[in-house]
Amino acid sequence: MANSDSNNNTAVNVSEMIAQNKKKKNLSNFTEKSVPVILFLLASITVLTTIGILYTLITEAIHFFMEVPIWDFFTGTELRPLSQNPEFGLLPLLNGTIISSVIAMLVAGPIGLMSAIYLSEYASDRVRRVLKPLLEVLAGIPTIVYGFFAFTFVTPIIRAIWPQVEATNILSPGLVMGVMIIPMIASLSEDAMTSVPNAMREGSLAMGATKLETTFKVVIPAAFSGIIASFVLGISRAIGETMIVTIASGSSKNFTFDITESMQTMTAYIVEVSGGEAAAGTTIYYSLYAVALTLFVFTLIMNLLARYVSRKFREEY
Amino acid sequence: MDKLESIKSSSKMNARIRKNSIWKSIFFLSTLVGLVVLAILIVRVLGQGLAWLDWDFLTGRLSTSAERAGIMGAILGTVWVMIVVIPVTLIVGVGTAIYLELYAKKGKFQSFIATNISNLAGVPSIVYGLLGLTVFSRLMGLGNAVLAGGLTLALLVLPILIVSAQEALRAVPGYLSEASLAMGATKWQTIRRVVLPAAIPSILTGSILALSRAIGETAPLTVLGIPALLIPFPNGLFDTFTALPMQIYYWTLDSSLVAEYANLAAATIIVLLLLLFILNSVAIFIRNKFQQRY
Repeated sequence: MANSDSNNNTAVNVSEMIAQNKKKKNLSNFTEKSVPVILFLLASITVLTTIGILYTLITEAIHFFMEVPIWDFFTGTELRPLSQNPEFGLLPLLNGTIISSVIAMLVAGPIGLMSAIYLSEYASDRVRRVLKPLLEVLAGIPTIVYGFFAFTFVTPIIRAIWPQVEATNILSPGLVMGVMIIPMIASLSEDAMTSVPNAMREGSLAMGATKLETTFKVVIPAAFSGIIASFVLGISRAIGETMIVTIASGSSKNFTFDITESMQTMTAYIVEVSGGEAAAGTTIYYSLYAVALTLFVFTLIMNLLARYVSRKFREEY
Repeated sequence: MDKLESIKSSSKMNARIRKNSIWKSIFFLSTLVGLVVLAILIVRVLGQGLAWLDWDFLTGRLSTSAERAGIMGAILGTVWVMIVVIPVTLIVGVGTAIYLELYAKKGKFQSFIATNISNLAGVPSIVYGLLGLTVFSRLMGLGNAVLAGGLTLALLVLPILIVSAQEALRAVPGYLSEASLAMGATKWQTIRRVVLPAAIPSILTGSILALSRAIGETAPLTVLGIPALLIPFPNGLFDTFTALPMQIYYWTLDSSLVAEYANLAAATIIVLLLLLFILNSVAIFIRNKFQQRY
């Protein structure tokens, strides 16, 4: 009797357990089904961000272009947003952006590439393990700190050597921006060069080439697409950089090629105008978005170009 | 042997070898350029700001007189912004990474999202500022409150976090989740109890790095119109705030009017860099201590 009793007990337990299990299964089925949906919604936030950026920039820029003809905007050499009869020409800003980026790349390009060559081809493991993280510190410093450095340290030094240079000028932020971009170009180019297989280096060295000849005739041609991509990304970074030029280059809207003078970049214009001067709905306010849209398109093209170059011209080994 | 010697001593070979070693030093020196600038920058900032950095400066309120000015408001502002940025980026970032790595079918949609994320990473921060100004400040009416600044910065650093979380999840070996699935665990159970715990040290490292990017970011905040001189401390998500980089910005700009402001900016930079240094050290510590190699 005791036996059947216990059997009964287990039977009850089993059926209870089955029922419980079913409940649990339903619950876990529910989580199993809802989790991917929730995660999908989270993932779509990034897409919404892109749509948000495009939508706000384009709709507000359209407002602007209804008041200022698009042709006048892109070819105008006068930018006087606050004057009685305002002019909205983009060229002074475009000019400032291009000149500061060129100065930055003249610094960052050669120095970054040569650092990459040293780290990838010449440095011993131990030296590399010290130098590389130190270079990366340079990349981690906030741009506002570089702006402070350019304005309070680099500019006075430049003015001591070259007195014509104004207190705010495009040269000093350009140079400092270049230093900021060095680690980016160095580490991306180094990645490209270290991925060149050793067999190619050894082949060249075995033929009697020196390390320098191997670097320039074998490694760099093989890593060329990656190096170009790193330069393009560096340019994109320079175009989008804001605080250094805002602080150290002032807000003069002159259309000039004189690097001793103050110039405004597209980014610095956005900071100046959005910093409280423009009420929503005015032409000045809408001009923000037209400038930002131009900036966005520029950097997007650069980034797509970098990806295209590194994919299209990559040598596979 | 004689022949080899003669080749070696031939002037052409020597010139080539000499050229190699000259260039080697040039390469080395250019590597040092960046580091020398870094050293000058740090020495300069320390020299200018260290004397101004004391307890009163850290805990004081803002003031137009340089002697009495303090940055407690900016420190609190930065902390409040981080209170918004950390949960938002962690939930959205890790969620997106899990979806992309473990749920999404490899195909057009997944590669579309991935391309989109890498494009977002290249968008200049100032453009995010305009997005925040339009959507958070104006549309949602948050003005220049902590929440507006925090959400803007969260969107800005999200791509960084997603990419690093994806890498962390990818580094978890397949046999761990296969073993869990073979034991009858469901997919979500496997992710929650096996994959995520294994990936968490790398995810933390990545999120600290993303966070330090958000702490130092200035441009989007200037677009949101964060005020220059703010006496009351922020006490909640809807309060107006200022942050450390904004404080540096205004003091640097005004240093042409009041020379001492440059020193205040330098002292604030020391606080900011110290904060970033601590955060990065924690990240490196976590990576070295908890990261397992499979």
